Amino acid sequence: MSIAHLYALVSVGLISLGLYALIVHAHLLRKILAINVMGSGIFLLLVALAQRTGTALPDPVPHAMVITGIVVAVSATALALTLMLKLSAQTGCAELPDKEDE
Amino acid sequence: METMMVAWMLDSLLGLGLLWLAWRCLACPNLFKAIVLFVAFGLLMALAWVRLEAPDVALAEAAIGAGLTGALLMVALAQLQSIETNGDAAGATEKEERGIRPLQWLLLIVLPLIATGLGYIILSFPPDAPGLSTAVATHLEASGVSNPVTAVLLNFRGYDTLLELIVLLLALLGVWSLGGTVPQQAATPAPLVLETLTRLLVPVLILTAAYLLWVGAHAPGGAFQAGSVLAAAGVLLLLIGRHPRAALMALPLRLILVLGPATFLVIAVVTMLIEDALLKLPPEHAGKLILLLETTAMLSIGATLAALFLGGRRHTDKEHS
Repeated sequence: MSIAHLYALVSVGLISLGLYALIVHAHLLRKILAINVMGSGIFLLLVALAQRTGTALPDPVPHAMVITGIVVAVSATALALTLMLKLSAQTGCAELPDKEDE
Repeated sequence: METMMVAWMLDSLLGLGLLWLAWRCLACPNLFKAIVLFVAFGLLMALAWVRLEAPDVALAEAAIGAGLTGALLMVALAQLQSIETNGDAAGATEKEERGIRPLQWLLLIVLPLIATGLGYIILSFPPDAPGLSTAVATHLEASGVSNPVTAVLLNFRGYDTLLELIVLLLALLGVWSLGGTVPQQAATPAPLVLETLTRLLVPVLILTAAYLLWVGAHAPGGAFQAGSVLAAAGVLLLLIGRHPRAALMALPLRLILVLGPATFLVIAVVTMLIEDALLKLPPEHAGKLILLLETTAMLSIGATLAALFLGGRRHTDKEHS
């Protein structure tokens, strides 16, 4: 086990936490936070595994992909937040309807 | 040996801190607290990137992941709360949890299984996998820059960056075509501390962006980091109520927004005609072309991110004029 594996295991924890919160919480802002945590977990996995080059320098290709991913994630978050605000302005509620309640 | 021990302890603490912050962020009942915890989580992520020898990613995370995302979330929460106070329904407060439901039990069984499977796969990976690092190292000479991450972003995999700029533009078009968010004009003037700090910080931020852009050729930095620093300057200006004039919001803003993707597309088409390959930069001109691509991309990224923060409030600016 190396430091790369340690961070990769942390990333698995982050992905699971994010996935759990994404499914369980009804509030949309919480779901957006959960997707962001999941995304961070996936970025961490990519960069941690890029460490295993056997040399001092890590693989730069996953690094570049993660930088691209961070920028795409923030734009997707902005769009999701706008959709959430639109929904709550129309329905007065930022939560998904619960089927069991109906 | 002792430094190894210290490094392991630091990394373990950092990993546990990340997991704890993520859990608190997703579990604490107060949404405002959750957003603050998310920003703290982003800052710890930046530290983790440094530990993983990814300083380029750390810079991007600190500026975007922690800074801009946090600002976007805060604005959205404030608007949710104003919707809540205007209407009778609860928008910004969560309903009370109704105990653990059957689906949740199933999830609590399935998720640990998935996590264990993923963990097992990760631990069974070979410890040495050079990936594409040797290929990048051998062709780094021909890329025009000496920072391998910049070389990958703007030369070897330039089409990723091209598509990413288009995704940014599409997200902004989505926000705009949804009419953005409920406009709320700050009637009170900005606090004196924020006003003074912004006046001091904005020139420094612009200088930092230029430095990051230039240094990206041979050290950590580049168009994304510089663009997000520019966007941060824009967000600060918007926070103290310095909205751009309506005349600037129409054509000039749109020109800056498409400048980056358009330059990329022009170079992509020209290289396809001359070099017979999309974005295959000729080695003798690669350095200059990358600088041109990065400068235009930085301006577009900065403008797009700041416009995403401004959201639909541009409509009110039109009404004022």
